Amino acid sequence: MSHLPRLFIGIFATFLLAWLGLVLYPAINLGHLAPFESSGKWYPEPLGDLAIAGQHVYAANGCVYCHSQQIRQPSVTDSDILRGWGSRPTVARDYLREKPVFLGTMRTGPDLTNVGKRLADPLWHYQHLFEPATVTPGSIMPAFRYLFTIQKKGDIPSPLAVPLRGPHAPPEDYEVIPTPEAQALVAYLLSLNRDYPLPEAPEPNLEKQP
Amino acid sequence: MDAGLLLLISGLLLLSGSAFAAFCWAARTGQFSNLQESAGEIFTDEVSERHAVDHSVRLPVLLFLGAGIIWLLLGSVLGLVAAIKMTHPSFLDESAWCNFGRLRPAHLNVVIYGWCSSAGIGVGVWLMARLCQAVSRQGYLLVAAAIIWNVGVLVGLLGILRGDSRGIEWLEFPGYATPFLFVAYGLIAIWVTLLLRHRRCGHLYVSLWYLLAAFLWFPWLYGTANLLLIWQPIQGSAQAAVNWWFAHNILGLWFTPLGLAAAFYLIPKVIGEPIHSYYLSLLGFWSLALFYSWNGMHHLIGGPFPTWMISASVVASFMMVIPVITVAINFHSTLRGHFGALKWSPTLRFIVLGSMCYTFVSFQGSLQAIPGVNGVLHFTDFTVGHAHLGMYGFFSMVMFGAIYFLMPRLVDWEWPSARLIRWHFWLSASGITLMATALLLSGLGQGLILNDPAIPFLTTLSWVAPFRMIRSAAGGLLLLGHLLFAWNFILICRRAGPEKSTPTLLAEPEGVA
Repeated sequence: MSHLPRLFIGIFATFLLAWLGLVLYPAINLGHLAPFESSGKWYPEPLGDLAIAGQHVYAANGCVYCHSQQIRQPSVTDSDILRGWGSRPTVARDYLREKPVFLGTMRTGPDLTNVGKRLADPLWHYQHLFEPATVTPGSIMPAFRYLFTIQKKGDIPSPLAVPLRGPHAPPEDYEVIPTPEAQALVAYLLSLNRDYPLPEAPEPNLEKQP
Repeated sequence: MDAGLLLLISGLLLLSGSAFAAFCWAARTGQFSNLQESAGEIFTDEVSERHAVDHSVRLPVLLFLGAGIIWLLLGSVLGLVAAIKMTHPSFLDESAWCNFGRLRPAHLNVVIYGWCSSAGIGVGVWLMARLCQAVSRQGYLLVAAAIIWNVGVLVGLLGILRGDSRGIEWLEFPGYATPFLFVAYGLIAIWVTLLLRHRRCGHLYVSLWYLLAAFLWFPWLYGTANLLLIWQPIQGSAQAAVNWWFAHNILGLWFTPLGLAAAFYLIPKVIGEPIHSYYLSLLGFWSLALFYSWNGMHHLIGGPFPTWMISASVVASFMMVIPVITVAINFHSTLRGHFGALKWSPTLRFIVLGSMCYTFVSFQGSLQAIPGVNGVLHFTDFTVGHAHLGMYGFFSMVMFGAIYFLMPRLVDWEWPSARLIRWHFWLSASGITLMATALLLSGLGQGLILNDPAIPFLTTLSWVAPFRMIRSAAGGLLLLGHLLFAWNFILICRRAGPEKSTPTLLAEPEGVA
């Protein structure tokens, strides 16, 4: 076997097989799903501009390294649903609008598939991002204080000011304002709600634990 | 699943199967002439020729290795700080540049594209020149490639830290960093093509197969992933499929063949005997090519994908037992009767430990792909432990071994300190053992707790905390080992210490001429 061309063709062909099967075919096949229409609304709902900007903040600050966005099939594990992270497994159509898709590989923190439904209060998210442990004791989430500015209070307090407790709360005459990045990130988090019904993903009937 | 698709998959499987059977038949019935004789190809070059070949790639290899070692140190520090933050979140938490969410991808990319790829390319081009028995005439291409590649890594690192990360695992470098890597890679590809044209070897030794495959597969993998995820992102969950196909195959089809190429060359070289069964080594090569390329989707078990894709990867992942076991048997049989050499040869020590990790981590990977097991272990530290065993326990160990072998031949100077080598070995070996054990146990418990909805989520954090502290300590051991290694590397580059007439060994060789 000292024939370079033959070796080259073999190396090329073996890889081509897998490339056709696992890349090209799914790219074509999964790449043309359409949103689902139900009573005049489209699911998944399209992202607003602010939420799209928030997707980049989510990517740039590495949320994906601790948080998944994926409810697995009950045949693999039913705990994703029983933990209350979602009422049905997520399917390909749930991720149509995502660029990139943040399925995640680690759950140091809880799943965020439907965090916008579970925790719908933007103020909670701002307080949590500023100093996680004051909102969820025991949390080891990093503090994202750099997504906020601390400024001296004006005559009228800013409507954006975040009320804070905890060791990093600003002095009395100062207020904490979320930067546009933080606002975008929270808009994205609040948009995460995939509990709408889809025909291909019926809600499984699982016995909820008390 | 529609009929056409079923037909396509069965067709592909049948094709792979028959190709594999045809190869086994051809090898068994002596279609390849003098198969076992070919294993001795690596002993046919003359000493003076070999010296000329080594020297012709000296500058580029030194550049790749030197830069790689700088990235290794930086990557270890980034990893260590990120690890400490997982147990002490308030550690260095004021600056955006030091946020965990940026340090973690910075660590991964610096280690993968900085250390592992630079070291792999450095060792790879040296090995290729030796195996082709060809003096490199276009070394300047490689020098330019080394500079551009490492500028790309630096730009990518700064991009991640300043907040331009793509958030796609293993592909976090921002769009303005990747063109550097492609240009650098293009130069390497031109060099490889030119080298192959004036090769003087008779037989293409199996290491060369692995190298050629790696150098062909890498641009295909990296190009596909960048095209479909960053330049022209495809829709929805198909991105995740491409992401994990890339991230798993960059291990399997870039780092693994580079590591195996070095091991298949250096083990016989150090003990002075050809590989036990050349037939097995070829079988291992083709089965790796056929099966590893179908891996990746097993990262998505239970996820939003057609079942057939995941099943294909689970099956392929299991089939990986074949290439892994052929390599393990072959190395073991080659080393039989020579295990004493582990006492004195630094190269052999690192490479044998690396090969053992390869066997272990691959079997572990096959088991992790079983859907029931994966359901428990998927979102946990177990995966992190698995990745470190692969990239450090296997790949980095083999690279260390290869660097200990090739440096004296490049700079015509023996390693100044055996003690530094010994310390490096034991710190690395104990560090990775401790780290992997801690992470695997951490992940196992974490997964079991996560899968029991009756236990509150925060319990996972109290379970993983002590293991993650052990992991940080293990990271400290590794960093210390790397500092000693880097120091020894600087010393040999400066030709420090007295001139020696014999190689620097860890003990007196027994019964070896």
